[in-house]
Amino acid sequence: MIAMPARISRADVAHVARLARLELTDDELERFTEQLGAVLEHAGDVAALDTAGVAPTAHPLPLGNVLREDNVVASLDRDEVLAQAPAVEAHRFKVPPILGEAP
Amino acid sequence: MTTDAPHAPAPFSPTGEWETVIGLEVHCELRTATKLFCGCRNAFGDEPNTNVCPVCLGLPGSLPVLNRMAVEYAMRIGLALHCRVEPSIFHRKNYFYPDMPKDYQVSQYDRPINVDGWLALPTGRRIGIERAHMEEDTGKTTHVGGGGRIHDAGYSLVDYNRAGVPLVEIVSRPDLRSAAEARYYVDELRGILVATGASDGKMEEGSLRVDANVSVRPMGSTEFGTRTEIKNMNSMRSLGRAIDYEVTRQISVLTSGGRVVQETRHWNEADGSTRSMRSKEEAFDYRYFPEPDLVPLAPPPEWVSAVAAALPALPADRRARVAAASGLPVDSDAVATVVHLDLDGFVTAAAAAGADAALAVRRLANEVAASGDSAHRLSADGFTQLLLMESQGSLTTAQAREVLRHLLATGGSPSAVAASLGFEALAADALGSAVDEVIAAHPDEWGRFVAGEDKLQGFFIGQVKAATGGKADLKVVSSLLRARRSGA
Amino acid sequence: MTALTVAADVRAGRRKAAEAVESHLAVIGALEPAIHAFNQVMADSARADAAAVDAAVAAGQDPGPLAGVAVALKDNLCTRGVATTCSSRILDSWRPPYDATVVTRLRQAGAVIVGKTNLDEFAMGSSTENSAFGPTRNPHRLDRVPGGSSGGSAAAVAAGMAPLALGSDTGGSIRQPAALCGVVGMKPTYGMVSRYGLVAFASSLDQIGPFAATVADAALLFDVIAGHDPMDSTSLPDTAPSASARLGEGVEGLRVGVITELTHAEGIAADVVARVGEAADALAAAGAKVEEVSVPAAVYGLSAYYLIAPAEASSNLARYDGVRYGLRVPGADITEMYNRTRAAGFGAEVKRRIMLGTYALSAGYYDAYYGQAQRVRTLIIRDFDAAYSSFDVLLSATTPTTAFEIGAKTSDPLAMYLSDLCTIPSNLAGHPAITVPFGAGADGMPIGVQVLAPALGETVMFQVAAAVEAAAPPGPIASATPDRGRAGAGGAGI
Repeated sequence: MIAMPARISRADVAHVARLARLELTDDELERFTEQLGAVLEHAGDVAALDTAGVAPTAHPLPLGNVLREDNVVASLDRDEVLAQAPAVEAHRFKVPPILGEAP
Repeated sequence: MTTDAPHAPAPFSPTGEWETVIGLEVHCELRTATKLFCGCRNAFGDEPNTNVCPVCLGLPGSLPVLNRMAVEYAMRIGLALHCRVEPSIFHRKNYFYPDMPKDYQVSQYDRPINVDGWLALPTGRRIGIERAHMEEDTGKTTHVGGGGRIHDAGYSLVDYNRAGVPLVEIVSRPDLRSAAEARYYVDELRGILVATGASDGKMEEGSLRVDANVSVRPMGSTEFGTRTEIKNMNSMRSLGRAIDYEVTRQISVLTSGGRVVQETRHWNEADGSTRSMRSKEEAFDYRYFPEPDLVPLAPPPEWVSAVAAALPALPADRRARVAAASGLPVDSDAVATVVHLDLDGFVTAAAAAGADAALAVRRLANEVAASGDSAHRLSADGFTQLLLMESQGSLTTAQAREVLRHLLATGGSPSAVAASLGFEALAADALGSAVDEVIAAHPDEWGRFVAGEDKLQGFFIGQVKAATGGKADLKVVSSLLRARRSGA
Repeated sequence: MTALTVAADVRAGRRKAAEAVESHLAVIGALEPAIHAFNQVMADSARADAAAVDAAVAAGQDPGPLAGVAVALKDNLCTRGVATTCSSRILDSWRPPYDATVVTRLRQAGAVIVGKTNLDEFAMGSSTENSAFGPTRNPHRLDRVPGGSSGGSAAAVAAGMAPLALGSDTGGSIRQPAALCGVVGMKPTYGMVSRYGLVAFASSLDQIGPFAATVADAALLFDVIAGHDPMDSTSLPDTAPSASARLGEGVEGLRVGVITELTHAEGIAADVVARVGEAADALAAAGAKVEEVSVPAAVYGLSAYYLIAPAEASSNLARYDGVRYGLRVPGADITEMYNRTRAAGFGAEVKRRIMLGTYALSAGYYDAYYGQAQRVRTLIIRDFDAAYSSFDVLLSATTPTTAFEIGAKTSDPLAMYLSDLCTIPSNLAGHPAITVPFGAGADGMPIGVQVLAPALGETVMFQVAAAVEAAAPPGPIASATPDRGRAGAGGAGI
């Protein structure tokens, strides 16, 4: 049996919003804390279920070893790709300054 | 982002009462024709954003399909590192970064393809390999403004050609005990990766990237100290420098009563220091979960054994072979150099033809190694022939070296090169005739020499030297003299 | 007129594709302002495609089994060069550089794509109210929702704007709106239809499937889109079962189980339960052996679904970050740009699910939520397997109620989620299921009955669905649209 998590707090919601890169207003924070709490409470029946010895199902059907051959396929036209981008420079995607190294 | 001031190295030696503990994570780009999950070209140095498609750009609706050759290369690496190949699955590692088109990386997490192997250093010490798993590479970011440094840049530009290139990450156990040993490990690993054909091993092009987990502990302690992970070391030299710096820093922190913080630190080549990459508001939580767009991978046993059977000889085996042929110690630098230069075939060919294999190793490890990359003009046959000419006395040591230099510079056959250098007069027969003429001209001295007056050897050598204008190999002359005396 | 009739006539040269398509464009022109089924009507390319079909017929070629048939596409299916919005501001201007595999298959079968239909943003919703471009209305009563998330496709078929449409079904997003709009809607076995080019919501649950006015037309469309695709690793390698093979063969001797938990359960309205009972009686009368059966773990389906689907969605929707395509709201640094872009680009329901999924996957909660939900999935599959050891197909309600009023549930997410109660278990198990219109409820609105089958059981499922359809009481007629292939009476038209 897995321990039931405590009800989601406003601080949890704020943390999750940071992880998900969503800027929330105070209003949204308030509303989401309440709504997520309700949905998770409903999901409590699942969290509380005794599933000892039950394997998780990640895939509904038992497929395996799906592979393709190492053959080159034509890439997209660069102009078509870059035409969709919000900002481009020197044939690259332009982004605002990145403040941290990749993890 | 906290940026520590560059840390002044502690004024004492890191050796002594502290032991260094290092584990390495080596990312290796595979030499497939295409990317891990799509048919775009896997190539270094192409025009930006030309090798991209809906899949590797992470366009909505696109789906990954695993490259069979990438799996094959991953298994080659695992088997060469004595790992078990196991059923594996891919996970998503979720975090936002502009070089990742999907804002998650597809990587093997708790069920990697290769587990539990080892790599033998040239010294024979075994370094444990925890795992060697598959994952996709990220794109490449260029920082513009602020001198190209990430922290001061005005903006950044992203090229996704590298996004989705197949990687194998090889994670060692914390078995390495010094920066020097870490370098040996990477060197050996690189040799193995290149031998399997899985990688070109080019650190400078980023196809081999090394991160180091470093900690220190009091000598004799069995518990590990708190470790830091060092990133951004892009040469063997910076690997050694960064580890030495970090070890010194940690000892300095500990001896001044502080605690080492578990964190990732970035190696700065320019000022020779590591600095914290911690970001104040960011606690990384990768939210790994099984990648639902891919299915489990369980290479059938026939495939695994076929890959194992087709593995080429690995550097350690090749060193053993060279050592056996030459009688030199297996951990000698000369043997390692010959294998590293991929010239061990020359040694075995020479040995097979009856030439002096130890001499072959020394010549290759000295003359050929010093010549840079021009060994490709030399053939194993020509090299063997040259060794034989030298041992048979048709060339002196000095002449043989000279001929070798010419062969390396311009190619050709040893006899032709020797002739063009005017060394042909010294053909074994000619030298033999000169010896015979000197004997005939001095019958009294020869009789005394045969009777046992050894000091006359110097007289005869001097006579032959004079007769040949100084070109004769004196060691060969003395052996000819001894041969004729014993036959007299 | 059914798709089968149109295609047969066009292939035989009895009718022009241009004419057939024009008649649907006319219906769209008349009804679209009131219903808002489409994000984009592709009139020009539809006329060109129809002309190409006619030219092929004139040249003696066979354009394929969907020759000249108008098909509406849910706007989360990629169409090369044609905006694919997922009804989200974040993708507002995006034009995919490629066609989804199903779109390619449709074109190869001679179909004519008439437009991209409205949906709940990124297919997250049960009413098509969560669209950045405004709600779609139920053709039977404009103050009612069409269901969702494929509400535009369901409404388009119900209103006669197109005889066929494609939708996607992650937790009932085809079957629920089909039931509420009084049309046939079907979710295939997971892996039966390629997901390549379907903008992902929850990858391990998503399937593309057909909408049609009749079971035979749905089978026709299924047979065109089903089959292996090397571009989708989760695509089944086998030849797809034929949906059309045993239509009309009746149900004599088949064993049909009525699922207790998805029929006689709290929250399922009496009129709906009554219609399921009538359908069961009709099948029994037609020679099937009908019994009640329990699928106990099905009651956990809803909870498991609302952990798994948001978790996968939180990852699938991370890529909408303002870097490569779509909306960008400027920021001083990349994180600020991300935060603002995603705050402005996503609607409330999408944000809610991203938050829920991020939380369910986050450190410390994975086992209790996501991990546990995946185990429940195993239990549901086991219970279905047990049921199928005694039954060929199962029967249940499709939705707990008939279509509710627009705005009724928008402020109560949990109440909205409950409308997927009966459809979710099939997604979790990866099994096929189809809803067939079966009369009206007390409010005169359509009711659907769901037929479920084991994995790869499409042939017998369609066979039983056809029998349910044959036994159905007259349903309400959506509007004064031309002949829709099925007679009926009553209903509040528009």
